[in-house]
Amino acid sequence: MRGNNVLGIVFSNMHDEYLKELTAVRTLGSIPFGGRYRLIDFALSNMVNSGITKVGVITKSNYQSLMDHLGSGKAWNLSRKRQGLYILPPFGQGNDIYSDRIQALEGIMPFLNHSNEEYVLLSDCDLVLNFDIDAMMEAHMASGADITIAYKYGIKPERRNDVIVMDLDDTDRVTNIEIDPQRTQACCFGLNIYLMRRDFLKMAISSARSKSATSFVRDVVQSRVLKNRIYGYGVKEHASIIDSVASYFSANMDLLKPEVRAELFERSRPIYTKVRDDMPTRYGLGSSVKNSLIADGCVIEGEVENSILFRGVHVGKGCKVKNCIIGQNSVLGVNSQLAYVITDKDVILKGGRTLMGFETYPVFIGKEAVV
Amino acid sequence: MFRKQECVAMLLAGGQGSRLGVLTKNLAKPAVPYGGKYRIIDFPLSNCVNSGIETVGVLTQYQPMVLNEYIGTGQPWDLDTMHGGVHVLPPYQRSRGADWYKGTANAIYQNIPFIERYDPDYVLVLSGDHIYKMDYSKMIAEHQKNNADCTIAVLEVPMEEASRFGILNTNPDNSIYEFDEKPKVPKSNLASMGIYVFNWNKLRRYLEADEADKKSSNDFGKNVLPAMLADGQRMFAYRFEGYWKDVGTIDSLWEANMDLLNPKVDLDLGDPAWRIYARTPVLPPHYIGENALVQNSLITEGANVLGTVDFSVLFADTMIEEGAVVRDSIVMPGAKIKKGAVVQYAIIGEDTVVEEGAVFGERPEEAENLDAWGVAVAGANLVIGAGAKVPAKAMVEKDVKGAEK
Repeated sequence: MRGNNVLGIVFSNMHDEYLKELTAVRTLGSIPFGGRYRLIDFALSNMVNSGITKVGVITKSNYQSLMDHLGSGKAWNLSRKRQGLYILPPFGQGNDIYSDRIQALEGIMPFLNHSNEEYVLLSDCDLVLNFDIDAMMEAHMASGADITIAYKYGIKPERRNDVIVMDLDDTDRVTNIEIDPQRTQACCFGLNIYLMRRDFLKMAISSARSKSATSFVRDVVQSRVLKNRIYGYGVKEHASIIDSVASYFSANMDLLKPEVRAELFERSRPIYTKVRDDMPTRYGLGSSVKNSLIADGCVIEGEVENSILFRGVHVGKGCKVKNCIIGQNSVLGVNSQLAYVITDKDVILKGGRTLMGFETYPVFIGKEAVV
Repeated sequence: MFRKQECVAMLLAGGQGSRLGVLTKNLAKPAVPYGGKYRIIDFPLSNCVNSGIETVGVLTQYQPMVLNEYIGTGQPWDLDTMHGGVHVLPPYQRSRGADWYKGTANAIYQNIPFIERYDPDYVLVLSGDHIYKMDYSKMIAEHQKNNADCTIAVLEVPMEEASRFGILNTNPDNSIYEFDEKPKVPKSNLASMGIYVFNWNKLRRYLEADEADKKSSNDFGKNVLPAMLADGQRMFAYRFEGYWKDVGTIDSLWEANMDLLNPKVDLDLGDPAWRIYARTPVLPPHYIGENALVQNSLITEGANVLGTVDFSVLFADTMIEEGAVVRDSIVMPGAKIKKGAVVQYAIIGEDTVVEEGAVFGERPEEAENLDAWGVAVAGANLVIGAGAKVPAKAMVEKDVKGAEK
């Protein structure tokens, strides 16, 4: 049986500024991840796996690559006659493009009005997470919450200035919310995943707009802690927040751990992505690969260790690739040496090049660069 | 309302492929996995769409379930189109009785109404038994240029092997004057590839005449083509150059997989201009472990390799545990090779488990009698018990018990 009366809303451009290198040519949602995915695949797959059949993707800028990736939504089973995938380009008054989440939601008011689903689930694209939205939905129903916020217990991400840290009582009701406080020890921080009734969202947005409010976390969430029933939903699954090149690097590298792969690629909740019809990866004579995650379509003739290769990467003879993330269709010429390097798509390394970064400061090579 | 199609392809996919033994126990030969992520039928289907043919009838008969499910709406091949697309055509019951497909020609005969709906100029008859990349539009262009009634694709084979094939004897202009089925003394080395282009109005007439002939075995090679030639119809050979392999036997299936590992073999599946499309499972990239050793192999999504893999083809979702060795072998989707097991010169069927320490297959250099040696095969969904030894050329159909402790 499909359908769970929830409308999915994905913000594809939120937090673009944290990964300037990778979002120069795309949205945060279309940042490549894990060898064959884009970040938006996690948000979309989570929704689809829970039975959501209608998803609106809010875009703002640089969304060509995102549209190319999503296509009709077929790969996520969202190309359908009833419901399906809706790409929602900026829809502002006059020449304004929205600058905050409240404006963005106001811009899609017609879409919210014309949907029939009783509930709305909001999600960003900065999360690498495979979690059970059904369980969150059940908790939301059981608690009778007005808003349920998915949270993770742990060290809060450093670079976010809109991250919320919540105090919860023993029923998981939120009693206090702080925005980006100084906190070095473990705490319950929000993942920017919100579940509420569609009517409640519409009411909260128009009321915030009437006060010229601009901050969703401050003016919609924090300001309602005492007025409304706000609950937390603790996510137990592995979650990485991508808010810097360093965290992008480590979130990718986490995939080399079997326990992370098992949780993230849980069989009953597959992560869908666009199909590319590459041939399987070919390992040549004298290739040596250790502890690496390798997508289809690669040709490997050199050495690869602790690395992630996207689809269609060519590793030439005599190459030594260690602790790297090599983007789609990149070509590493013979005898190149790389350590702690991230390459974007279509990067060409002429033979014999040496590039070294460091774990906390990986070297980043932009799209289509020739070294 | 059906839009006219210049060419309709009819793909004969009903064969059992009995020489593939356990591999075709529960599925038709065109559905046999090949090359890490494909099934044989991906080749003719992808060739069709890459050649601009968008109407394909797939004639099924033997064990059609896997094939039907695999083809589905035809979406992976872009064959879920408004006009035409891919259609699975099983034999059916009519008001006056029902027939299985009696032969290749009869299979097309029974589907004359399907072809007629598209009012085609040409019908392309294909089989689902071969691995090759071919631009059918070039063949059709030559058919038109020759003003032919029938064009048959041929491949030059070594003269000494010619007696294994259906040979066409041709005049210098490539017109055919004689068919020679597996000749003892071949006059030419042009082997038929089982790919035919017909003018539909001609073919229709010959199919009807063939059906009326009670003595006919309703086969293209034996009946329809010789009848056309005897009547003096314009029949031409179309010379194909490139890789083509019949994967009808265990040895040829194994070799065709190994050909993908040989850079000298002219079969590039990575060519973006001529992709081979397949229905792929939703799985993460494959993982190669800390102590794994992988060389000369083809590995695809969802595989987990912790052991040693050499000269082998691993399909989706396979697991090679630590200390396991896979050499010169093909491991089909979902199969697991457990710790310390050895798989050599073997084909392991879908979802089969080779338990710890089992040895499956034998190396030719260790075989006592080389004449009796061959590739060992395990069917689908079996368990090869811990410590079991399975000899060369075995065809394993049931679970194999483990060695006594």
